[in-house]
Amino acid sequence: MTPVAVDQIFVTTKHLLMGYVPAFWQPLASAILSVVPVLVVFPALFAVTTVLERKGLGRIQNRLGPNRVGPFGFLQPAADGIKSLTKEDVVPRDADKVVHFLAPILLVLASFIVYAVLPIGRNMVIADLNSGLLFFFAVGSMVELAVFMAGWSSRSKYSLLGAMRAVAQMISYEIPLVLAAVVVIMAAGSLSLPAIAEMQSGYTWIWPHWYVLTPWGFAGFVLFMISATAESNRSPFDLPEGESEIIAGYYIEYSGFKFALFFLGEYLGMFATSGLAITLFLGGWSAPFSFLTWVPSYLWFFAKLLVLIAAFIWVRGTFPRLRMDQLMGFAWKFMLPMTLVNVVDAGLWHFMPSGVVRGVVCAAVIVIPFALFSRRAQEGKKLQIRTYRYAE
Amino acid sequence: MSLFFLITAAIAIGGTLAAMTRRNPIHCILSLALGLVGVAGVYLALGAQFVGFTQILVYVGAVAILATFALMMTQGHIVSALIEPRRAFSRSSVSGFVTAAGVFSVLGWAAQSYRPLTPSTQQAPAAGAKEVGVALMHTYVLPLEVIGVLLTAALIGAVVIALPSEEERS
Amino acid sequence: MTPLNLFLLLSALLFSIGLAGALTRRNAILVLIGIELMLNAANINLIAFWRFGPNPEALTGVMFAIFSISVAAAEAAVGLAIILAVYRHNKTTNLNQIDTLKG
Repeated sequence: MTPVAVDQIFVTTKHLLMGYVPAFWQPLASAILSVVPVLVVFPALFAVTTVLERKGLGRIQNRLGPNRVGPFGFLQPAADGIKSLTKEDVVPRDADKVVHFLAPILLVLASFIVYAVLPIGRNMVIADLNSGLLFFFAVGSMVELAVFMAGWSSRSKYSLLGAMRAVAQMISYEIPLVLAAVVVIMAAGSLSLPAIAEMQSGYTWIWPHWYVLTPWGFAGFVLFMISATAESNRSPFDLPEGESEIIAGYYIEYSGFKFALFFLGEYLGMFATSGLAITLFLGGWSAPFSFLTWVPSYLWFFAKLLVLIAAFIWVRGTFPRLRMDQLMGFAWKFMLPMTLVNVVDAGLWHFMPSGVVRGVVCAAVIVIPFALFSRRAQEGKKLQIRTYRYAE
Repeated sequence: MSLFFLITAAIAIGGTLAAMTRRNPIHCILSLALGLVGVAGVYLALGAQFVGFTQILVYVGAVAILATFALMMTQGHIVSALIEPRRAFSRSSVSGFVTAAGVFSVLGWAAQSYRPLTPSTQQAPAAGAKEVGVALMHTYVLPLEVIGVLLTAALIGAVVIALPSEEERS
Repeated sequence: MTPLNLFLLLSALLFSIGLAGALTRRNAILVLIGIELMLNAANINLIAFWRFGPNPEALTGVMFAIFSISVAAAEAAVGLAIILAVYRHNKTTNLNQIDTLKG
């Protein structure tokens, strides 16, 4: 088979299968054939990621991690799944039963719907909406409501505290998240994610036209990934579920399968924002070098996704948790100004003639404010080894 | 299109009705969010994709969350204080319902008897992100700037109003 | 009855629901929400007239709806801030008890 045939194998298979479906059922069959792979692949990725994360964290913390179930412990998610399915489903007596039941469902639903606009390969997207990016952020904002519902309906002060923390954090970091994505919209001139991926699929000599290779694109990518970490409530921004303070945050009162649903929703959200970062900055499904274009596009997408997941795990194993005021101050005093500077930088890039001068000027426009902001953030802070008065 | 419209209209009406009748304010806000998603669906049925997604982003993502935050910061910590007492039909609530029913009868009569002077266009016009963006940046650039100033003023104003004053803080 | 009439009827119904809520609820936050609902009903009207009007290329209704949504967001932010300030002063958001100016 030619590389193109392998690349398009899923698309052609779908067309082939659609040929056997009567015309009346075709819209439904098309939807099912597009949606079911996403419903299978990403939860499977979730299962693999939980093992990889626990093993990776174990390696970072100088221990083994799960190694009992199956070869190298890789059947651990199956054991976890059986455990959570057979556990008793405890609902607190005073809980708001309906809202308590709906919260995990809304969370998982919102996390799944988002995949409708993500191109996971050439011509492989469920719905090519012309305002797809807006759809992504709109549906993503429903997660906040689900988190609030979970925390409030449990009638527990820990879950309410966790929910308030989570919502405040997600609202604060949504602004830099959207503003970091704006630079790509400015460059691509489109809100459609397949079109944005298509824009980056060209090559100059062997180098791809990825936006991350420009000064504003690199800064935007870093800012976007920091905001995405905060949006998906992962360490070092995991205050909403900080185990040492409020036990598990907004889903403390959930048990059994609903707890597993929260876990699933959180990881699906992480994959979705990583996928969005890949589409916006890392060229989506395009190959990193022009001589590697024979590798199928969907493999590139998932390879990039796994790299980003590894980065997430690495960050989680490395950084300590922030304090609440540090978290908010970081969002409003550093992330927001930096993303605004980045928007100006992208505009400058657009209007300057291309050449070395443009690269130097645009890099300076982003590096100088970064130095100023980070210096101001360090002012008044005594950076030294802490002495604890009451511990030890 | 008509089935989609019927479903979204039912969601919109059901959600907003629940939002205005439930006794627990948190339930009200949650069902309002549902109703406004229904309204966004109605926009989609009308072919206004951009406005529909903006509606979800602004109302579900911001206004509903803001309202829950306001509830939590006012009396949300006491669950029993949240729930409004079941009251008999007081004079003010009856007059409120009568007024609303009167307004609906007039508006509904006007709505169903309206006949357009010019024939309507049959196929849905293009209102994608591109068309909206071009219109915002060309014909409507001045209103866009005014809205930007308004939003900034509202942001600063909201922070100033909500901040505790000096003597309250001490 | 044309499709336009259906949309106008829906908008009239939503407006009346919002009005009934704003007139009968006692909690200031819920009154604000009723007002938001009335604004939304107006937006449905704007978009319906744009869609079925004689000149949809101009995007007038869509633009008006977008600006109206932004104004509604600003209004919600300021309104809720005012409610917070009032609560801090009166320790209630029940509109029946906020009657200091009543003669």
